Amino acid sequence: MKACVVVFPGSNCDRDVIHSLSTRVKANVSALWYEEHKLPQDTDLVVLPGGFSYGDYLRCGAMAATAPILNAIKGYAEGGGLVLGICNGFQILTEARLLPGALLANKNLKFICRQCTVRAERTDTPFTSNLQTGQVLKMPIAHHEGLYFLPPSDLKQILANKQVVFRYCNNDGTIDDKSNPNGSVDNIAGVINKGGNVLGLMPHPERASEKILGSEDGGLIWDSIASWLKKGGRC
Amino acid sequence: MLYHIKVLVFLKDGVLDTQGKAVLGSLHRMNYTDLKDIRIGKYLQLWVEASDEDTARNRVKAMCSDLLVNNLIEDYTIEVDELS
Repeated sequence: MKACVVVFPGSNCDRDVIHSLSTRVKANVSALWYEEHKLPQDTDLVVLPGGFSYGDYLRCGAMAATAPILNAIKGYAEGGGLVLGICNGFQILTEARLLPGALLANKNLKFICRQCTVRAERTDTPFTSNLQTGQVLKMPIAHHEGLYFLPPSDLKQILANKQVVFRYCNNDGTIDDKSNPNGSVDNIAGVINKGGNVLGLMPHPERASEKILGSEDGGLIWDSIASWLKKGGRC
Repeated sequence: MLYHIKVLVFLKDGVLDTQGKAVLGSLHRMNYTDLKDIRIGKYLQLWVEASDEDTARNRVKAMCSDLLVNNLIEDYTIEVDELS
């Protein structure tokens, strides 16, 4: 797998993503500066990592969404290329309108940094193909703006299109208010575009990809991408 | 002509304003019980060189739609002052 991780001023999870992709699935991973205009040839996966791009000024992800590399990423996504946005990367993808919705300040107004559990709602995507439907993954979250919001009519639309891939849940997979850490609409933790090739999620798979980190569940997402690519783009 | 343009950005109705809620709680605790609600927005000032007011206003509208405002969650108003 040939992957690239985009580095914006203020990204801080880029090296963790590079480490976990190269150790877990032996991917050939490069860092890509946000001022670049092109993606490396034959890129299989683009990751927008977590952090505080542009200091979270104006709105989280808003300015990164206008960075030069985003045009290349939009073209790449339109052509079916795989794009994964984690945390601030998810915020950037919504601001760039590659994904629906917006991420608002957490309901409790606090920066939340802790383990959480999410339930896989779909296993027919490149990012979840190795999972079982309803499988519970333990991954940490670390954000202040993680409340996924979209107007009721848009919510109806993404539910009808089955665009919700992860929901916050408790340890046994039950979805309720108690298991919703940040007040996200419908416990949504991750959404995919209609084409099924652009995924954004708030939890950090790269911080849960090896035993020493307390969970290896995030590694299942890297595994899924690797096996999907191996099968030539099928689940 | 230089125009001084003031943009007020505020969250749309129905979008949770956590800052506003926290400030409301504090003011209530300070006995401002007559305060029924407060919503917090942003005030942006821009200085734009343009041939006339409409042009200046349209440039700022374009900036709002391209970057300054996320129309999924925010609305805005524009006020224009002519400076020179």
